[in-house]
Amino acid sequence: MRTGMIAQKEGMTRIFDEDGHQIPVTILKVVGCQVVSVRTDETDGYTAVQLGVGVRKANRTNKAQRGHFAKAKVAPKQKVAEFRVTQDNLLEVGAELSVKHFVSGQYVDVIGTTKGKGFQGGIKRHNFGGMRATHGVSVSHRALGATGQCQDPGRVFKGKKMAGQMGNVRQTTQSLKIVGVDEAEGLILIKGAVPGANKGWVLIQDAEKYDVAKDAPFPAGLKIANTPDETPAVVEDAVEIPADAPTDTPAENKE
Amino acid sequence: MNVVEKFEAQQEALLLENAKIPAFDSGDTIKVNVKIKEGTRERVQAYEGVCIRRTGTGMQANFTVRKISFGEGVERTFAVLSPRIESIELIRRGSVRRAKLYYLRDRQGKSARIAERTTGHGITKKESSKKAKK
Repeated sequence: MRTGMIAQKEGMTRIFDEDGHQIPVTILKVVGCQVVSVRTDETDGYTAVQLGVGVRKANRTNKAQRGHFAKAKVAPKQKVAEFRVTQDNLLEVGAELSVKHFVSGQYVDVIGTTKGKGFQGGIKRHNFGGMRATHGVSVSHRALGATGQCQDPGRVFKGKKMAGQMGNVRQTTQSLKIVGVDEAEGLILIKGAVPGANKGWVLIQDAEKYDVAKDAPFPAGLKIANTPDETPAVVEDAVEIPADAPTDTPAENKE
Repeated sequence: MNVVEKFEAQQEALLLENAKIPAFDSGDTIKVNVKIKEGTRERVQAYEGVCIRRTGTGMQANFTVRKISFGEGVERTFAVLSPRIESIELIRRGSVRRAKLYYLRDRQGKSARIAERTTGHGITKKESSKKAKK
């Protein structure tokens, strides 16, 4: 399992393919996506990479966070998230991911936080039908209706669809197609909509329901400037990271 | 300029590079040369009619052309920047008072005619003086 990527949703537009078909695309932007920390079996009991993305002012970052970023020798990041990966897909701390990590034509799952709608009734939240406008209905045209049975069971079943908070929840949209990537601008074009508002953070991963594209870079699409070594070398380095960890205390003191 | 606008501007410039699109508006009679794929070979089919609406700007720009085909009204909507459009020809400018000519749907024959526009924006003085002489 390869790592995913953190991106910012920029909005939607359309593009034309070679046959002239219109494709609705969501534009996602990735700025400085770097590995901030690595979780290994020896130290944490599982394997994952923690990525950071965006630019955050150092004086706006709290001391604990500053220490964490300093340990990885990366600039403070706006958004940090962890991706579970297999042992062979671990990356070196500080390695920068390029949008070339995803290839045109492959499928991805996108995780985002949906737009909050506030406290909503059953009609908007669960597509209930509501009640009749006339025929004796009084005051309760948009009410839920019945919520259960009678004395037996004598209670409302758990999970009954009712009014409540709608939106502002984490949501995964599966199997979206990558239409293209622009490495110079750090853009990923995805066919269709992704959850959340514009400027919201989303996590992009290889689709669960599809095999990873054969031409996708393995273990990850890294920016060459930051990692002059060949990709296999990165994997070897990644294993050494737990050994480096204790030596980083002086860096923390400097902060 | 935000990221989406910048991206759209790039795409638009790319598509406009070898596009032959004259300035036209609703009321104008235009001929749209549409590329049609038949199996492996491609040919161009002309679709001529009155532009009854234009919507959107930039990458989102669309227009609808209405014509009467074998006594039946036909409307086709195209994207202005669509790569399927080989070219657009302006046949005749029409003088209309609305942006959306939906009223044409309820009319036929004589009442569905649109008078030719010989003055106003987009028409150079030379042209108009020539027509005046005629």
